[in-house]
Amino acid sequence: MNGLSLLQILNGLTFAALLFIVASGFTLIFGLLRIVNLAHGALYLAGGYVGYSAATTTGSFLIGTMAAMGAVALIGLVIERGLLRFVGDNEMRQVLLTLGVTFLLNDMLLVLYGGDTFTVPVPELLRGALNWSGFFYPKYRLFVLGLGIAVFILLWLLLNRTRLGALIRAGVDDAETIAALGVNIRRIFLFTFLLGAALAGLGGVIGGAFLTLYPSADAEILVFSLAVVIIGGRGSLLGAAVGAIAVGMLNTIGQVMFPELAYFVIFGPMALLLAFRPLGLFGRSV
Amino acid sequence: MTASLSSDSAAAAGDLSTSRVGKAATVSVLLGALVLAALPMVLPNYQVSVLTEVLIFAVLAMSIDMLAGYAGRTSLCHGAIFGTATYMTIWLAQDGSSIAVAMIAGVLMATMLAAVFGMLAIRTSGVYFLLLTLALGMVVWGICLRWTSVTGGENGLRGPGRPEFLNDHVSFYYVVFVCVALITLAMWRIVRSPFGLTMRGIRDSESRMQALGYNVPLHMFAAFTISGFFAGMAGALYAVFNNFVSPSAVALVLSVEGLLMTIVGGVGTLFGGFIGAAAIIALENVVSLYTERWQSVLGAVFIIIMIFAPDGVLGRLKDGFGKWTSRSSR
Amino acid sequence: MDRRTFLFAGGSLAASIPLSGSWMARAQGEPIRIGLMAPLTGVVASGGREMVDGFQMYFAEKGGLIAGRPVEIIVEDDGANPDIALQKARRLVEQAKVHLLFGNLLANTGLAVANYVESTGTPYFIPIIAADDLTQRHRISNVIRVAGYSASHFPRPLADWALAQGWRKAATISQDYTFGHEQCGGFSQVFRAGGGEVIGQFWHPLNTSDFSSYLGQLAGLGVDVIFAMETGADATRFMQQYRDFGLKGNIPLIGAMNMTDQSVIRTMGDEVEGIVSAAHFAEGSTVPATQEFVARYEAAYKNLPSLYGFAMYSGAMWIDEALKSIDGDISDTGAFLAAVSKTELTGSPLGTAVKLDDYGNPIYDVVIRSLRKRPDGRFWNEPIAEYPAVSQFWTYDPEEYLRQPAFSRDYQG
Repeated sequence: MNGLSLLQILNGLTFAALLFIVASGFTLIFGLLRIVNLAHGALYLAGGYVGYSAATTTGSFLIGTMAAMGAVALIGLVIERGLLRFVGDNEMRQVLLTLGVTFLLNDMLLVLYGGDTFTVPVPELLRGALNWSGFFYPKYRLFVLGLGIAVFILLWLLLNRTRLGALIRAGVDDAETIAALGVNIRRIFLFTFLLGAALAGLGGVIGGAFLTLYPSADAEILVFSLAVVIIGGRGSLLGAAVGAIAVGMLNTIGQVMFPELAYFVIFGPMALLLAFRPLGLFGRSV
Repeated sequence: MTASLSSDSAAAAGDLSTSRVGKAATVSVLLGALVLAALPMVLPNYQVSVLTEVLIFAVLAMSIDMLAGYAGRTSLCHGAIFGTATYMTIWLAQDGSSIAVAMIAGVLMATMLAAVFGMLAIRTSGVYFLLLTLALGMVVWGICLRWTSVTGGENGLRGPGRPEFLNDHVSFYYVVFVCVALITLAMWRIVRSPFGLTMRGIRDSESRMQALGYNVPLHMFAAFTISGFFAGMAGALYAVFNNFVSPSAVALVLSVEGLLMTIVGGVGTLFGGFIGAAAIIALENVVSLYTERWQSVLGAVFIIIMIFAPDGVLGRLKDGFGKWTSRSSR
Repeated sequence: MDRRTFLFAGGSLAASIPLSGSWMARAQGEPIRIGLMAPLTGVVASGGREMVDGFQMYFAEKGGLIAGRPVEIIVEDDGANPDIALQKARRLVEQAKVHLLFGNLLANTGLAVANYVESTGTPYFIPIIAADDLTQRHRISNVIRVAGYSASHFPRPLADWALAQGWRKAATISQDYTFGHEQCGGFSQVFRAGGGEVIGQFWHPLNTSDFSSYLGQLAGLGVDVIFAMETGADATRFMQQYRDFGLKGNIPLIGAMNMTDQSVIRTMGDEVEGIVSAAHFAEGSTVPATQEFVARYEAAYKNLPSLYGFAMYSGAMWIDEALKSIDGDISDTGAFLAAVSKTELTGSPLGTAVKLDDYGNPIYDVVIRSLRKRPDGRFWNEPIAEYPAVSQFWTYDPEEYLRQPAFSRDYQG
């Protein structure tokens, strides 16, 4: 219809920030544990619902967020310790198992919350729009953008400035060697899985406040996250950030310029990239 | 780290060419065919149409198995290929083309799509192949949903109805039965051919086959296209069966259900597709009599199978049977 | 446990109406089996639940009887998916041998089932399925829209009302599928014919999580009013983001009735205040029959009734009345369908008589409704104007009207 305005660029970036929060957890698990966790979207939705319940009961967005991250990490614990442990190292069995978890978890959420659309209530401070001489922009979306950047910095510090992070990074490259060095790799795996799940839960609350929560929201966010990780490359934090911006902007461009082909605009380039650079932009082969 | 699903049992399945197991397999296949031919005489009308559906989905499951079991590639876009044939068939039929012409065009369209996807996908393997095919399937779904002027968008397309002589459930069943029997025979010949053996070689070790001078990408491409051709056949039959198509015919869920049927039946067993399709469709029909929670049941079945019986029902049976025969011959 | 009996017991319990065990004994003859399909899983699951609630509430109030015969309701989940709907319809007709089919929510599921029953002749009633052509260009004699409406039906009086407010420049935004094309078509056609101008029309995919790019474009058009056609979660997001981007209060928002339906707004807050829509039903109406129904429904299900609950309740009443007129004898399908078409519904929660036009679509007194806050803080639709006896053809001659093509993205009247 017309070109990209500042508004649209901001929209693309705020959506990208949410995608980064969700996809960073996905890519950490994929990178270190080699597990494509297709239940990640369901974890996002579970986090959103828990956050909604906690935030409306206590009236605190912060408590809602903490509750969501905690609850989803707990679900992650059950998946990792209770299910994935039993399928060994077989990648395909792991992927398909998480697919089963997705179906089950989604249906349980439908039973618990019904099909109504919920919105996580945001604090008074973040409601409404900022107004720069007639240019309106929702405060909450700017908060999401800031949070996305903050999560990126925190994860970067964790991975690059701590011993745990060094172990995780080394594990992404070569898990066997780390294990041979006497490090308890299982515990690092578990920690990463819980961290990744908690990030999905965080995403659920953050996203649930402006994209709303409803059955099948999980599939949508999962497909976007997959695109982010595929473009960015497995296990790469920078890749997830670049991928999120690419998908966020492509999504906006698609909606504004090629409304007919909105879906194609994201997945066409992704399929091409994957065909010619199977490991993504920043992925490394093992 | 194994990239394919339970390649051990698949290899075992490949080795049962001789002796007692081979004979037992032949007997059970013939017996199965006989049962399938006789069932409509005793079943009520509605069950006959469910059985028709089982046959059609068995073809889809077998086409997925051709890749998963014999080429070591797990696809999540076969539902989209299947549905493309369905769309093409209905789209032509509603404009007055004869049903046979429409079905042939549908299969051709699916094969062409599979060829394009094959070209993109052959460079990847393992989990990346799964992700790429998932993405390609999503593209097809997105197009079917949005290209309203051709696909009818969300509402889908309505077909003109079956030809007069196929309106009766039982006669339609027998037509499908004959088609599926021929398709199954063709697939079986392909997986047993030198080409099929080469594919299994590639599945077990790409680098070795490369070193032996085989053109691995070309073989992969051919396998993908052939498998898509069969998925298209199932899709064209489904078009006549359902007389209706909507984006859910190309949705990810269909690919997932097809894959689940393959797995339940046993990856690398080909005929397991029938068992898988029958098990899943029967389960769905029974479960929905008692509860709306079909999704939960489907998820639980997936989890249980992945944990306890990743080789599927037929794989399990064969394992047990193999052990039994080797013990008794000792 | 058999789910049929379970569901019926569940429905009557929820309606808090004690169901004595003796109605079976009192009833005459074989039960009438009704196949009820609704999306109980998937995107529109809450609407589907309310369809079942409304339908069962009616029969619970009648002691489980339809025209003096016991009624057996077999509920099936259509999964909001036309393939599943088709499969379930097949099972209901061929295996459960139901006398009639009822329900479905999404147009694609309804069209798939309609296509199927065209070959079986099973009576199929669609209080929710609004696809224009089922009562216009492609009528199927055994598919009847009892207590329903056609998609382009209500946006027409709304456009007329908008013109009366002095608004001359409008834009539309809608989900990109037939239901949206038809509603926007009805609005645009009347708005243009009355001297208005439709400056921009936006079509977005179903389940658009982020409306920001559309809102950005809408804000820059300089229109007097925006007509929106959204369902389910899209509706929630659209109205929230409309406020978040500062459009609320600057450009009046009017919309399709399904956007401001209880099923959407009951989890929402002040952002919905003052949004105007047009419909046959308004839960905030002062008509006594409506108020009584709303109170009963609220007591039973703790929620205000949505369009879905209302329409299915009225649809059940319609069939009950029709069957009474032929003494509960459903064996002759032709006579049954004729009775349904002839029935004039007087006791519905609308409080006015409703009958079908010659094309099988009901004629309604349409109310223009605005979302207002009740004393208890809940929002509901209150009538602010009324258009009596509006047919699906508005003021046009039906024959002439049907010569124009069906509404689509490319044809908007």
